[in-house]
Amino acid sequence: MIVADRKPLDEILDSIKDYKKIMLMACGGCVTVCFSGGSKAAGLLASQIKMARKKQGKAIEIIECTPERQCEYEFIDELKNDIESVEAVLSIACGVGVQTMSEHLPQAITIPGLNTKFMGYPVEHALWEERCAGCGDCVLGWTGGYCPIARCAKKLFNGPCGGSSDGKCEVDKDIECVWQLIHDRLKQLNKLDNLTVVRGPKDWRTSTNAGQRKIKFEEAML
Amino acid sequence: MKSASRLEKVLTAGEFAVTAELGPPQNSNPEVIKKKAQYLLGNVDGANITDNQTAVVRMSSIAAAAIAISCGVEPVVQMVCRDRNRIAIQSDILGAVALGAKNLLCLSGDHQKFGNHPEAMNVFDVDSMQLIAMVKKMRDDKQFLSGDPIKEYEPKLFIGAVENPFADPFEFRVMRLAKKIRAGADFIQTQCVFDIDKFSRWMELVVKEGLHKQVYILAGLTPVRSVRALHYMKNEVAGMSIPDELIKRMESAQEPKEEGVKICLEMIEKVKNVEGVSGIHLMPIGWESITPVILERANLLPRPEV
Ligand code: SF4
Ligand code: SF4
Repeated sequence: MIVADRKPLDEILDSIKDYKKIMLMACGGCVTVCFSGGSKAAGLLASQIKMARKKQGKAIEIIECTPERQCEYEFIDELKNDIESVEAVLSIACGVGVQTMSEHLPQAITIPGLNTKFMGYPVEHALWEERCAGCGDCVLGWTGGYCPIARCAKKLFNGPCGGSSDGKCEVDKDIECVWQLIHDRLKQLNKLDNLTVVRGPKDWRTSTNAGQRKIKFEEAML
Repeated sequence: MKSASRLEKVLTAGEFAVTAELGPPQNSNPEVIKKKAQYLLGNVDGANITDNQTAVVRMSSIAAAAIAISCGVEPVVQMVCRDRNRIAIQSDILGAVALGAKNLLCLSGDHQKFGNHPEAMNVFDVDSMQLIAMVKKMRDDKQFLSGDPIKEYEPKLFIGAVENPFADPFEFRVMRLAKKIRAGADFIQTQCVFDIDKFSRWMELVVKEGLHKQVYILAGLTPVRSVRALHYMKNEVAGMSIPDELIKRMESAQEPKEEGVKICLEMIEKVKNVEGVSGIHLMPIGWESITPVILERANLLPRPEV
């Protein structure tokens, strides 16, 4: 899932300082699961904004809504009329949701209320960790299921580097060295041979280096 | 001969090789390099010029190498993968060789978090293993990474790599060394040896695999000036092994500098006796003036004629 984190309240307040009526647009998808962008988060943020604005003597009207997903036309279309009545939309979806709004409902400006962080999952209650960087050419097959691109601070293909120590990454003792994990898993699978091959340089065209990426699913195109 | 560098000649002649570090300044003063080069002139088989070490911005290793060459000192140019993509690396390799470089040390590079621009984006388009293979391809196959031919003046470099016997996972460190040899490393510099027991255990595995016959291994050694330096390395530098006895010894030393030199001299004697070690690489972090003193006292001077 996509994991995002709320922007600091001051930054949000500054970004909407010119508006008296906004829509606070949550999302029922990934960001609801990671607590940053669901209807509950929207309720909390709305009351924080109202309180702060009241203190400033500049009251604000907020319409809250939570479509099932902000990243699909069919779920946001029904909000068309409400949008016409506000000056701005504060979106607490991921960056994809914000852009879906901007492009599909351009009647009002959409401003991001979250910082979209990564693709990952909750490894324990209320702790999400990054797992995939969408590199476009998955290598999990030979790494024993651990991603060196999203999880190694140097994106090494022939790790671990000389800073790997006690299973931790040289960059931060709170981060596991993914190359230690790769090594241990392959050892367990009796596949350490996977690591004796010199892995060649990656073709980064599959990643974010060749302009916007698109996928066309031919079979579904009727 | 792959490069006909002095280092290559010394090693292939079976002599015990000596290289030492030369750190470029955090400014554009060529005199700093010239002064440091004087400490090394005639005393080492290669002056290893660091490439923005610990991710702190310094004069380019290639520019500093060119200045060292003008002083008669043969450089080992360091090249890290942190700051350049494959286009810039290959371009810089051509440039370094055009300026007279004959040795290149390939490293991943310390993460930018440790330097003075932690906000920087890192590159790591290729990693150190892929860099070694790329340099070998340029030299031996006369091809760029893309496969495009280098029609003439291919870069004739003696290819170096690093390995850290003290990092984890311990057993894999030998496999990784073998991998670097397969990728094309001609010589290896190790991380600073303070823990001679662990180093010896690693070398035993290296010898068992016969890897010392396929690559020249230079043991990295760092003379320290104070116990603080040891504490720092123990606590702040990942993948370092510093025995407690050493810390105690430096702590109780009346003259810490002299003690640091003595420890280094003892280490030189010890690594000399470890099977498979072909030489040493001195890394007197910011204390280049001590290099000739240590080499003199270790009876490693004068350097052999090759
Ligand atoms: S290798 Fe690429 S696609 Fe696979 S998990 Fe890592 S970033 Fe994602
Ligand atoms: S310590 Fe491990 S995870 Fe961290 S940069 Fe090195 S190889 Fe990558």
